[in-house]
Amino acid sequence: MPEVKMTVNGKPASGQIEGRTLLVEFLRETLGLTGTHVGCDTSQCGACVVHVDGKAVKSCTMFAAEAEGAEITTIEAMAEPDGTLHPIQQAFQDHHGLQCGFCTPGMVMSAAALLAENSTPTETEVRDYLEGNICRCTGYHNIVKAILAASGQDVSRIAAE
Amino acid sequence: MPKDGGIGAATPRREDIRFLTGNGHYTDDINLRGQAYVHFLRSDVAHGRLNKVDTSAAEGMPGVIRIFTGADFEGIGGLPCGWQVTDRFGEVMQEPGHPVLARGKVRHVGDPIAAVVAETYAQARDAAEAIVLDIEELPAVVDMKKALEDGAPKVHDDLKSNLCYDWGFVEENKAAVNEAFETAAHVTSLELINNRLIANPMEPRVAVGDFNRSTGDHTLYTTSQNPHVIRLLMGAFVLGIPEHKLRVVAPDVGGGFGSKIFHYAEEAFCTFAAKALNRPVKWTCSRSEAFMTDAHGRDHVTKIELALDADNNFTAIRTDTHANMGAYLSTFAPSVPTWLHGTLMAGNYRTPLIYVNVKAVFTNTVPVDAYRGAGRPEATYQLERVIDKAARELGVDPIALRRQNFITEFPYATPVAVEYDTGDYHATMDKLEEIADFKGFEARRTASEAKGKLRGLGINCYIEACGIAPSNLVGQLGARAGLYESATVRVNATGGLVVMTGSHSHGQGHETSFAQVVAEMIGIDANMIEIVHGDTANTPMGMGTYGSRSIAVGGSAMVRATEKIINKAKKIAAHLMEASDADIELKDGKFSVAGTDKSVAWGDVTLAAYVPHNYPLADLEPGLEETAFYDPSNFTYPSGAYACEVEVDPETGKVTIERFSAADDFGNIINPMIVSGQVHGGIGQGIGQALLEACVYDENGQLQTGSYMDYAMPRADDVPFYQVDHSSQTPCTHNPLGVKGCGEAGAIGSPPAVVNAVIDALQRSGRTITHIDMPLSPSRVWQAMQG
Repeated sequence: MPEVKMTVNGKPASGQIEGRTLLVEFLRETLGLTGTHVGCDTSQCGACVVHVDGKAVKSCTMFAAEAEGAEITTIEAMAEPDGTLHPIQQAFQDHHGLQCGFCTPGMVMSAAALLAENSTPTETEVRDYLEGNICRCTGYHNIVKAILAASGQDVSRIAAE
Repeated sequence: MPKDGGIGAATPRREDIRFLTGNGHYTDDINLRGQAYVHFLRSDVAHGRLNKVDTSAAEGMPGVIRIFTGADFEGIGGLPCGWQVTDRFGEVMQEPGHPVLARGKVRHVGDPIAAVVAETYAQARDAAEAIVLDIEELPAVVDMKKALEDGAPKVHDDLKSNLCYDWGFVEENKAAVNEAFETAAHVTSLELINNRLIANPMEPRVAVGDFNRSTGDHTLYTTSQNPHVIRLLMGAFVLGIPEHKLRVVAPDVGGGFGSKIFHYAEEAFCTFAAKALNRPVKWTCSRSEAFMTDAHGRDHVTKIELALDADNNFTAIRTDTHANMGAYLSTFAPSVPTWLHGTLMAGNYRTPLIYVNVKAVFTNTVPVDAYRGAGRPEATYQLERVIDKAARELGVDPIALRRQNFITEFPYATPVAVEYDTGDYHATMDKLEEIADFKGFEARRTASEAKGKLRGLGINCYIEACGIAPSNLVGQLGARAGLYESATVRVNATGGLVVMTGSHSHGQGHETSFAQVVAEMIGIDANMIEIVHGDTANTPMGMGTYGSRSIAVGGSAMVRATEKIINKAKKIAAHLMEASDADIELKDGKFSVAGTDKSVAWGDVTLAAYVPHNYPLADLEPGLEETAFYDPSNFTYPSGAYACEVEVDPETGKVTIERFSAADDFGNIINPMIVSGQVHGGIGQGIGQALLEACVYDENGQLQTGSYMDYAMPRADDVPFYQVDHSSQTPCTHNPLGVKGCGEAGAIGSPPAVVNAVIDALQRSGRTITHIDMPLSPSRVWQAMQG
């Protein structure tokens, strides 16, 4: 089996893989980074979104071999080493942007990619950007609100709680 | 109130930290040393005779450990059904067997035929492709009415027909109801379909079986809303494992919406195979597999008739429903179209006579069972649609017609066997009129018109029965289980508490809201309280989380156990202060003697309980740990009024939700932030049902919507921000917290509002369309508009 080497959350990572091994399988099973989730098998749900060289990628849609030499960031690296939440994570907690938590890592990673591209998105832009992230719990209300809040916009006029 | 939030505080959720940082612990995150992997070979035909399963070529494939077929389960029980309905002739329902792996026949696409256990998933999947099946395909029954025709192919050869039961409720009322229709001044009738849905929690199901040969202990890790129920059903009825040798653990559960209540074949298989192979066996469901194996929801075909007198008072309701059971009876399937549906047909209205007929039908489709709301959305949808239609026929305002017929006095005994304890339907409607800004509608409609769009406003009410349920009552109705809940409160020596509850969160935030209740009762910081759930080894026997029951039933058990703790603690405090028990007061975590300045702290008392040097040992056991089981005396009856505003594009038929408002009465509220979140999520699912989602089979029983490419899940850009309010509160009168439950309301209350709004938009534009079946996709709306 071939070996793949990449940088994951700032540290070198390597492992033996099959040609068919998906990046998400490598992260979850080889590296034990189980924060990245698998919610579908057709690349629609977005629970597996990670950053590959700074871009949001569905890690179920990429072979591990394709990530050779890449810089990967997963949900595990979003908070500070001392546990301080990333502003997007904090906004999700403050605004109840998660319930079961299963889609949450993908949502946070997508939101981070959005805000890197567009620092003050409109509501419509947030909703459009999340087209590839499915949440079944929240009805999206508090996710959209949390992302707008994380971008520094005033969300106090959006329906309460 | 405790400083970090007792009852009523919008306390941020403590569980969020692990979920937000990738440290959640879901079942698929569990990997046991030496585990093998199972892949199920499933039927790709809906109905067929299983002549031969030839595994010989597959057995020699790399990594294969063993291949199991139905023959390996000879003498082992099938999957049990937890509810036996008695039909209108006094006969019990037809109840087919449900083998773990198919034997003799396959009955739906996805029915498991063989289980390949291998060293890796990939090897198991590869080997499954080498299994040769000899299946003689048989004609499938998919349409419920055709399934009941004489000569229709039978799903189960050993049953008389495909009719599971023909249920009438209340059978004794039937003649009087028919008579009321004959004398009615006006009758409105409507035929409609409550579309088949798939729950789709974002976490697919997972099972990991483990067995310790040296002790004989089994462990099953599974994605379940109710691990104790799985332990009992699987242990007692399938595998014959006594509860003390079987531990069921459901760690963090990534949503359920009902679909993770039920006992599934894969759980039994992994538990069984772990012993047979003496190594852990893991199964992770793919999403494609979930579509054809998770229990589906809804799927009712209904005719409802509403009779009114000359003054527009409702005089009778008559319904005729066909309810799809699928190929086998899932755990609670028979209860959904009957006791969770017929009993809600009164809605919020004084209708003296009601008759509900339900024919439950077997078809060659995936089993159908409870999905968020379970029976109550079906009742609400037909009732609120027919009332809207009646208002149009009579030329009266739909809100006025509803208000005129509201139940206003409580308690109120409905003609469908339940007694609403409290409610104020005018109050929620008043609140709705305010938050939905009905006064501004006309201006918004004009603005839409200027853009070439048709704007409509739809409203509806709902009532639901939650907090399931009084055990003696449901026992009479056919439940094969009690529906109490339990809690153990363990106080530690230094004052911290652990609450072990039989309820189990799959996203509802119990760890936060349950702790708020206990913090309020004792007057200590909520951070001193830990909530433990989801593991039969360390929680008392409980029935789990569904039917919006956790705070109403589980919370009540926790209150009762905490009351016992406080009573005992007061006796200890009385001893420490040399006072009478009766004079001890507990406030803000401090015990004091009434009328004096004497006091001891919570921690002094808890330490004395475990270091009983100065302690009334002759009268009181040391320690501070209590358990309570709570069996409710009635259901709870949350209610509300919802409004939806839509725009319809007349060129394309596309519907967009412009505004959605929900005014709910949940009784007392523990955490308003969490409650609003529950309503948001329910509305999202209800909009999904109304506009997007449909589980479709073709006439051969092939599932046409088998992935997210075909099954339209609501996305962020399909929904607006919602305006929700739960300030109308009539507390429940029969549980200690006065709570009613909020988990399903949004999914129950929202579909009729959406459909009523679309019909309103179309009628305002001069069209005579009175109904379109859900989902109101662009093609359906466009076709309706073409006449």
